[in-house]
Amino acid sequence: MSDDARTLKPVDVVVVGGGWAGSIMAKEMTEAGRTVVMLERGPDRSTAGEGAYPASIDELEGNFRYKLFQDLSKNTVTIRNNANQTALPYRRMAAFLPGEGVGGAGLHWSGVHFRMPPDDLRLRSRVIEKYGAKFIPEGMNLQDYGVTYEELEPFFDKAEKVFGTSGEAYKVNGQVVGQGNVFSPSRSDHFPLPPLKDVYTAHLFRKAAAEVGFHPYSLPAANASQQYTNPYGVQMGPCNFCGYCSGYACYMYSKASPNVNILPVLRRHPLFELRANCHVLKVERDSTGTRATGVTYTDAEGKVVTQPAEMVILTAFQFHNVRLMLLSGIGKPYDPVKNEGVVGRNFVYQNVTTSVVWLDPKVETNQYIGAGGGGVAFDDFNSENFDHGPLGFVGGSPVWVNQAGVKAIAGAHSGGPPGTPRWGSAWKAGMIDTYRHSLRIDAHGANMAYRDVYLDLDPTWKDAYGQPLLRMTFDWKDNDIRMNRYVVDRIGDVAKAMGARNVHLTRREFGKPFDTRQYQTTHLGGGAVMGTDPQTSALNRYMQSWDVHNVFVIGANAFPQGTGYNPTGMVAALAYWAAHHIRTTYLAHPGPLAG
Amino acid sequence: MGINGSGFISSRRRFMQGLAGVAACGTVSGTGAAAPPKPYMPVFFNAAEWNFLLAACDRLIPADANGPGALALNVPRFIDQQMTTPYAQGAQWYMAAPFVQGPDNLGYQLPYPPRDLYRHGIAGMNAHATTRHAKPFAALAPDVQDDLLRAAEGGRLVFGDVPSAAFFDQLLANVMEGAFSDPIHGGNTGLGGWAMLGFPGARADFMDWVDRYGAHYPLGSVSITGETA
Repeated sequence: MSDDARTLKPVDVVVVGGGWAGSIMAKEMTEAGRTVVMLERGPDRSTAGEGAYPASIDELEGNFRYKLFQDLSKNTVTIRNNANQTALPYRRMAAFLPGEGVGGAGLHWSGVHFRMPPDDLRLRSRVIEKYGAKFIPEGMNLQDYGVTYEELEPFFDKAEKVFGTSGEAYKVNGQVVGQGNVFSPSRSDHFPLPPLKDVYTAHLFRKAAAEVGFHPYSLPAANASQQYTNPYGVQMGPCNFCGYCSGYACYMYSKASPNVNILPVLRRHPLFELRANCHVLKVERDSTGTRATGVTYTDAEGKVVTQPAEMVILTAFQFHNVRLMLLSGIGKPYDPVKNEGVVGRNFVYQNVTTSVVWLDPKVETNQYIGAGGGGVAFDDFNSENFDHGPLGFVGGSPVWVNQAGVKAIAGAHSGGPPGTPRWGSAWKAGMIDTYRHSLRIDAHGANMAYRDVYLDLDPTWKDAYGQPLLRMTFDWKDNDIRMNRYVVDRIGDVAKAMGARNVHLTRREFGKPFDTRQYQTTHLGGGAVMGTDPQTSALNRYMQSWDVHNVFVIGANAFPQGTGYNPTGMVAALAYWAAHHIRTTYLAHPGPLAG
Repeated sequence: MGINGSGFISSRRRFMQGLAGVAACGTVSGTGAAAPPKPYMPVFFNAAEWNFLLAACDRLIPADANGPGALALNVPRFIDQQMTTPYAQGAQWYMAAPFVQGPDNLGYQLPYPPRDLYRHGIAGMNAHATTRHAKPFAALAPDVQDDLLRAAEGGRLVFGDVPSAAFFDQLLANVMEGAFSDPIHGGNTGLGGWAMLGFPGARADFMDWVDRYGAHYPLGSVSITGETA
């Protein structure tokens, strides 16, 4: 703690980051009677401001000037493909788009809202049971989460009710009740809202996938299919398929966000205080190093301030949580050479490729109509839903049409079929044809964790506050490439059944490194994972630091390996799960929740 | 619309009702004395740069049977206006030193924000054209211009320490933005880019159209300020 730091009046809980995880934790802690200060490094944001129609319906500002996203000029990461390279700064937004400001990535996300598959939660155990330990490739750090689907089920259910999630169940309390995903586990209740209508492309995909013999279902979407009031008493309007979800605040109040679904209640709570434009530099610890005493941050005026607290909950984006742990000395940093340490270990991404199908030119696919979480998927090649034995890889991909609304600049950039020039009259003809008559199918695959893929602090580049940037060492591995190629071939089967005029299957290529210039997904994970062994996890199964018991870390950083599903539903469930154990056990008896 | 009495819905409805009025006024004023629009005077680009930009935009999106070109859509004006925004000064990019060049797949590593890329890139294109063809880019025949643009796109030219592909990618990205963004930003004049694509713009309500499968959407485009096409 620097000598000139201003020290504020102590509070019970400091929450670092104003997104989904932070809003859930702050809500739960105020319900438990605790004073909470939420620190958000970005500006305050509300749907009434950023989401106001028609100014918000501006693709240039939303998707190309990144109005709601992280300010890279202040803080970014460096990236390299392997430890022999010099990592270079991620200077412009491209491969992934982290959020900033109140609501975090939860303000500008799409809304696909999944529960983690039971097998994914114990993937190491499941793979060994089915195929034997030798099936796991050398260097792959396959792990269990240390928490089961049955334990998390009430919290998945709670998150869906808070988010107002639309979807169709398959099994409720063990009984088959509907046309939902046949591979999904039993639920304690239905989705709070019925599924969204299928857009045309999703309708065609549903029909073709069923014809091929797969099991299509409606994507669970945190876009309200009807008007809804959530358990906190806030209201959502029905989604009108405007096509401005990802990158935008929803002007219809249909897409769930912390700003719509939690913060309106939280902001009025007398025990809660939100401080925007406050960038946390470090979690402070006492002389023993085993107890946090608060956080130090730079406030909106640039003053360095210390906020003492009984408990610190890190709820920033995945890699910011990992960086704050490294900067604060919480947990042992990972050393890939010695294969020791845990903070930075098991950094994972998501293995997404998008294929394009062209239909008859008489068919208008109306791709500008969409809902961010809407669409149709099949899970026949996700998780452990299929026999990996003869295929020889770990992991899988759901496959889907998730038409979130393709707008004009994006359509122009996508251009025509491969081989079409990027400009001139040939581009124009190909681009218009593609925009009007094609559809996109994603293989939204898992990415496994490996010993030589990790996060640490960069030795060269610094952020605007003089602290080292986080360094990513990441590349695609053959296991994950084989998985992608196998699943993309199944997309080819579906495209054929759709009567495609032309198909472009996009497969990951062997030997082609991770490319930071192309948008892939913002679903980054791992780096401070949960588990039952402190040698291989930074957090115990309650999201609590093994080393500093009054620090909890909530986010996709806790995922020991990647998953085929979008992470937000799991992050929200983990937040409610951790909050439950803090409220029922930790607050009365502060100390390690697992030993 | 499934809900009534909510403030944001009723203000939206007023806005949509306003559109009809805007269109009607446009028709009326169209019959009045229409002064020819003054040519746009660039704020950022000098005369030589502006000539390059007009010529290059005309090649990147030419007018043809599929719809208007970049000039009719005022894409050069859009780019000039963008150059005075924080974006063009690199305010959204991480621009801290050192600048170390690496493999292409690790992304952009030059110390130049968009404004500087344009300055270096246009000077480089014109210098190359003058050396090879004794004329600046704008004075060359269209097929020669296309060859030069393709050489820049493929990274086969170097303008000092700026690889030509870095400049070309910046230019092409902004040209696409200018042709297809909301006219509030200076391009997409008359919503011509959107009409060509069949993109309804800020209409943003397909509650009644989502399950009319494969049919042509009947309503024209609308902009943020209520302009229609």
